[in-house]
Order: sequence, then C-alpha cells, then structure tokens
Amino acid sequence: MSPTLELREPPTATVPESAGRRFELARFRDLSLVPVLLVLGVIGFIVSPAFLTSDNLLGVGQQATELSLLVLAQALILIIGRMDLSLESTIGLAPVVAVWLVLPDYGARFTGLGLFPEWTSVPLCLLVGAIIGAINGFLILKLRLNGFIVTLGGLTLLRGLQIAISEGQSIVNVPASFSYLGRASWFGVPAAVWICAVLFLLGGSALAWLRHGRALYAIGGNAEAARAAGIRVDRIVWTVLILGSLLAAFAGILYTGHYGSISADQGSGWIFQVFAATVIGGVSLNGGRGTLFGALTGVLTLQLVVNVMTLAGVPPLWNQFLNGAIIIVALIISRFASGEKQE
Amino acid sequence: MADSSPVRAPVVEADGISKRFGVTVALKDARISVAPGESHALVGRNGAGKSTLVSLLTGLQSPDTGTLRFGGEPAPALGDTRAWRSRVACVYQRSTIIPALTVAENLFLDRQSNGPLRPISWKRLRHRATELLAEYGVDVDPDARAEDLTVEQRQFVEIARALSFGARFIILDEPTAKLDARGIDRLFGKLRALQEQGVAFLFISHHLQEVYELCGTVTVYRDARHIVTAPVAELDRRALVEAMTGESSRRAEPGRPVSGTSRPDGPALLDVAGLGLSGSYQDVSLTAHAGEVVGLAGAAASGNVRLGETLAGLRRPDSGTITVAGRAVRTGQVPAALAAGIGFVPEDRHIQGLVPQRSVAENATLTVTGQLGPYGLVLPSRTRAFAERMIDDLDIKTPGPAAPVTALSGGNQQKVVIARALATAPHVLVAIRPTNGVDVKSKESLLGTVRRVADKGRTAVIVSDELDDLRVCDRVVAMFHGRVVAEFAHGWSDEELVAAMEGMAVPTEKPTEKEHHVPHP
Repeated sequence: MSPTLELREPPTATVPESAGRRFELARFRDLSLVPVLLVLGVIGFIVSPAFLTSDNLLGVGQQATELSLLVLAQALILIIGRMDLSLESTIGLAPVVAVWLVLPDYGARFTGLGLFPEWTSVPLCLLVGAIIGAINGFLILKLRLNGFIVTLGGLTLLRGLQIAISEGQSIVNVPASFSYLGRASWFGVPAAVWICAVLFLLGGSALAWLRHGRALYAIGGNAEAARAAGIRVDRIVWTVLILGSLLAAFAGILYTGHYGSISADQGSGWIFQVFAATVIGGVSLNGGRGTLFGALTGVLTLQLVVNVMTLAGVPPLWNQFLNGAIIIVALIISRFASGEKQE
Repeated sequence: MADSSPVRAPVVEADGISKRFGVTVALKDARISVAPGESHALVGRNGAGKSTLVSLLTGLQSPDTGTLRFGGEPAPALGDTRAWRSRVACVYQRSTIIPALTVAENLFLDRQSNGPLRPISWKRLRHRATELLAEYGVDVDPDARAEDLTVEQRQFVEIARALSFGARFIILDEPTAKLDARGIDRLFGKLRALQEQGVAFLFISHHLQEVYELCGTVTVYRDARHIVTAPVAELDRRALVEAMTGESSRRAEPGRPVSGTSRPDGPALLDVAGLGLSGSYQDVSLTAHAGEVVGLAGAAASGNVRLGETLAGLRRPDSGTITVAGRAVRTGQVPAALAAGIGFVPEDRHIQGLVPQRSVAENATLTVTGQLGPYGLVLPSRTRAFAERMIDDLDIKTPGPAAPVTALSGGNQQKVVIARALATAPHVLVAIRPTNGVDVKSKESLLGTVRRVADKGRTAVIVSDELDDLRVCDRVVAMFHGRVVAEFAHGWSDEELVAAMEGMAVPTEKPTEKEHHVPHP
C-alpha cells in the first residue's frame, strides 16, 4: 500500500455506478411501509367492494389530513433531535383563541371579544400557533429546560386554557372564512388533501434540496459537529419549533372546517398516534434520520388499518386495540426492513 | 523535508502567548512558529498546554497576551469562522463527522449550495466531493454513509474537509490515537503526500516514535511553557524525553518510598496467559504475586486500559486465560470476575464508577448488596454499618454515609469507588488510572490505599500512564500498540519508562543503567 502513488489518480469509473446502487439502498429504508400499504390495499379490496371507491379513499384522505399535519410537524422536530408533545393541544387552542378574539360579544351561545374583524381569524390562529412555538423555543433553548417536560407541561396548560376560554363547550358559530379550507372541495378532491399534499411536498423538497433543510439532519445527527460546521443550531431549532406549532394551528383550522365546529377535546390524545405514525414511518426518536415521505406512509398505514377494519365489520370498540397492535407490528416490520436497531 | 522555502513568512507564528483559566495558567509566554510546508511536531505530557494552544490557533479562544500571525498577517477576529478556516485547518481529537449523512454532504456541510434558498444539486455536490477527494487522494465513495466508513477513512474525510476551506496549514490533534498500525502507516503516507503539495502541519502526538518518523521539527511544551524547538534530527530521544519530563534529576530519586519494597515471593494470585483481544492487545502474559503491586503502563492506544477492563470482566478476550488464586476465571462476565476475587476501579468514575444521585453508603456497597441482608433484602442498618467501616478504613472525608456522593471532593469520590472495589475482599485489585483528576494530597492517600492492599497479602494491578501512579509499583510492565514491550523493576527512571510507553524501547532490550533490575520469570 503506497498512498503517495495514488495521489493524483483520477476517480475510478466504478465510483458513480456503485454510488447509484448505494443511493437506492439508502432510499429503501424510508419505503419499508410501502409494501404494507399495498398489502392493506389488497386486503381492503378483498374485504369490501366499497374500499376501492374514490368516495372511500378520499374520505380516508380527508380523515388523515389533520393527523398528517401534526405528523409533518413532529417529523421535522424529531429529525432535528427534539420532541414537542404540546402539538396536540395547539391544534385545539389556536382556533379557540382566534375565534374568541373575532366573534362578537353578544348574540350566540359562545361570545367572543370582537376585537378584530372576522377575516383575521385564520391569520390570528396561525399567529397563536407561532407564539406557542416561540415560547416553547424560549423555554427549551434560552432557559435550557428539558424539552420533553416543557412540552408535556405545555400540553396540559394549553388544553386547560382552551377549556377555560371555551367554557368547556364546543364552538359552533365559527366564521365562514375560518371553516372554508376544511370544508371546500377543489377539483373533486377535498381542499385539505391538496393542501396537505403540497405541504408535504414543500417540506420534503426543503429537507432534500435546501441547505437549511439539510441542517436539520446535521443538527439531529450531531449538534456539536453542526455547530463546528458553521450552522446556527439554536436559531434553526427555534425556527423548526415555531414551524411545528404553526402547522399544528393550521391543522386546527382544517379540523374545525371539516367538522363545522371547534370541539372541546379537539386533538386530545392524538400525540400518541402522531409519535407512532412518525416512528413507524422511519423517523428516529434520537434525531438525524428519517424522511417526510416515510412519515406520511406511517399516517396512511394507521388510517387505512382502521378503515379496512371498519369495512370488514370489526366493531369500532376494537379500534383502540388494533391501533396499538398495528403500531407494534409496523415497528417490527420497519426494524427488519431497514436493518437498524431503533433503541 | 523542513523549511524548503525560508523566504516566505511562517504559516503561523505565535509569540509570547499566555492564557489562564481562573487560577490555572494554561499557557505562559509560549511560542511556536511553523514554516510553509513544514512538518512540525508538538509534544508534551498531559497539562503541558497543547490543547489550549490548539484552541488559540483555531480561533476558539483568544490569548490573554501575545501576538498571533498567519502568513505574516494578524489573526482574524474571534468568531469570523470563515477567515479562521481559510488560514488554519484542524482535525480535532473528537470526530466531527455526522454519521447518518453521506461523505459528500459531510464534506460540504452548510455549504452544499451557494445560497440558503438555492436548491442543492446533488449531482454537482457529488461531483465536487469526488474532485475534492481525488485532489487529496482519498479513496472513499462520496455516496457512502459516513457511519459505514472505517475510522481511518473518516479521518481522511475530515482532513480533506478541513483543507477544502483553502488553508495550507493543518493541525492534527492526536490523529493516530484510534488507528491501528497499518492505518497509521497510510495516514503518514497521506500526510507526506500533502506535504509535497506544500501543506504545512502541526502534529500533536503522545507517540514520540511517530514524531521521529514523520516530522522535521519538534517543539516541546512542559508545564504551560515552551521548552525547546529543534530539528528532530538534532534532538535524540533521550534529550526529547528529558525535555518533556523536566530535569534528569528525578532519576536520582528512588521514587516514592514504599513499604514492602523487597521483592515479594508469595504465591501467584493473578496469572494471565496468552490473553488477546483483537484490535486492542495481543498475547499478553502476566503474573502477579501476593503482596505485589504491578503497574501496567501504556499511552492512550496501547491497550492497557482494555486489558484492565478484560480482567474485570467488562470485555471478553478472543484468546487466553485468566487465573486468580489457582482457579480459572470465566472471561467476559463481571459477576464471574467478582466471584473469582477481582475488584475493579474503573477508568472514569463519573461514567463507570458512581451513581451520582445516590449516597456514599449505597455507592460503596453496590457490589456486595447480597451480603447486606437475607433473601435479597438490603437492610439499611447493615448498609450503614458496612459503609461506616469503609469510611473509617479508607479515611473518606464525608459528612456521613447518607451524604450524596456528589457532595464529596474528587479524591474522596474516588475513594468511594475503591471502597466498593475492596468491599468484596478481592484477591486482586485492578485499578485503572486510580488518581485520575484528584489533587496531590488525595493522590498520595489513594496510592497508599492501593499499596496497603498488597501489603495485606493480596495483589494490585495499577493501569495508568501517570508516572506518579506507577511509582508505587513493585514492577511496571510497559505496553505499546497492544504488546508488552518492556518490564521494569522498582527504581526505573522516568525517561526509560516514558520512552517504552512511547514505543521507543526495543522489546528485547532490557534497561541497562540500574542495579535494581532483576530478571523476571
């Protein structure tokens, strides 16, 4: 072995070829749930003729939108090596605060403050989400508190705030502009599905092709090394936390429009599903690994299982059990499909 | 090799540099100067100020006094990362590679594209990476994930990345610590090739042999000061080791006065035969008699720590046997080692030694919970009594057995770790760097404790690279790159032992100058 002689040797012709093969393999890790989805499709097709109809599939799609936005948010946060449990309360609180600020203080059962015109309800809702994310970021990054406990506290606190403001009731008289996005249908497909698809596409592209997107992987993989490479770690983490809460608030808008009201327990208990979907979709809880496409397949798997079971006539009482079972089975599948220990 | 063009200004020139951290003086009026294309070694024992110098030269910290110039120009402002990187490249001891990303991305981290909003062209990035790797002759697939690379390949990638910012001067901080002999050969080949391209480097190493092999000039620091700078050819190894260890006066000292220095000829308590662990050490044989303290000396990659951990059952050797008091020990199992009578003081008390939140008593009795009550019960009263006895025996300064162990000073914490190792009344005490990070007073008392273990008719093995630790030993076995290279009786000189640990003693050569030397079986 004499490295001196190899010094200016041109790269061998085999490099690009073997590189291509490696790349494929790396990609496969995030596709481990695709066969599962296909199998579920086949089972659905066998179980009920109603499964492969556009009505049913669009229904599943719309059902999945709100959850998938939370999963999108959580996936970004997990990739950067953090966690945010408070997302499930943000999806309920942000719409309540927005509606409370714009609804008139007379007339209906739920009276607001009437401080802003009705058209501002959507921007206000997003603003509330951003503020929640900013506060989380402040507590975690400036005060250096434990992120898990901070957002666990946030989860309870925000839910409590929602109940206090809404007096524990569902709000039915939401402004039309607020419920439009969750209700509308564009080109025969729910607007929410379009929006979700676009957001996943944007997010996935940013993670794949933008420097700041790649920085998420670098920070999640080794924050010290990222800092040494000149990445502004805290600033990017903070941005991602804000973005995550913003997405949760937006999910709240879609949810409200979808069901026509803001229910008092909107999003309650979802965080377990969010984590499950993200992790079975191949995103590492330790940060630095995973893709948004993988996370999306995770949500779709969870939703399709429930749909197929419902069509097969399994009583809804079994849903919770099945949800738990599918999480564990999917974890085992992705463990062996990717060949990586999850720990 | 060195100063090929003395006309140009040195790539780096530091003069009169001082730096203190609180009361600690890390560097005092130190200087260094590296000419273009020069291979310059910086050597010194722990605490000599090498790491501080690296952090000053790479712009992580600024000196309190003194001037720093790169290529004749003053150093850039602190925090101007880009400017620093274009002047000095550094490969740190700790890896700064992100395992989940590809080699190409690691090479161009945070500069994958020209602007934050410019999409990354992966094809172009791969192309640039291939070019960069080819420029420095690194044979690594740019699409491989960094985690799939060998340590050596990662290091090459780090070197290529560090140089890609345009610097013609690179600092290598202990680059050979994690490499095996062949990896080191290839690294040196690479460095020589870089030197031919005009790159100057500052090579920091504990292995003096490597300095002679690779470098043209050497600078020695000791106790935060610059001692000497000279061409390697003019400084033989005796002079170099003397410069590192201080005056040769120490040789006259017989070392720490110890009780029981007469050679113990009790029965063999510990017998190690043909022990080997791939990648760490090979074919080590060792016998320790009752009443004897044996030192296992060796620098970072010598394998002595791994050997100590193997004795304690933390690692399973590939070959060989361990016998304690005539009975074979099942290797690779801590409970088996404990049952056989091996007590263990781990290398890092914070990581492997103590449970920081728990009390002194709990920490001291962790190995003997089985003896503290019937049927698996751990009785608080017995725990207390046991711990109090230990506190008395070892003179641990603590408010009481119930005090949290973190409330103690470093030296007393270390005594708790030793107390635990002794709690099982072992035949053999294996202590890895037992005085790591404790003050001078505690050092003496800790080493005295180890000495007393042997005086009571048991045996102790001290695994360390600290000369002070090794001075209490009746006999010191030196290891280098996984092999036993020399053995010294009590009364060795600092120079001989350091030279052996740095790999400069010929295995067959027995130290010549002392009358103490007794041939060992």
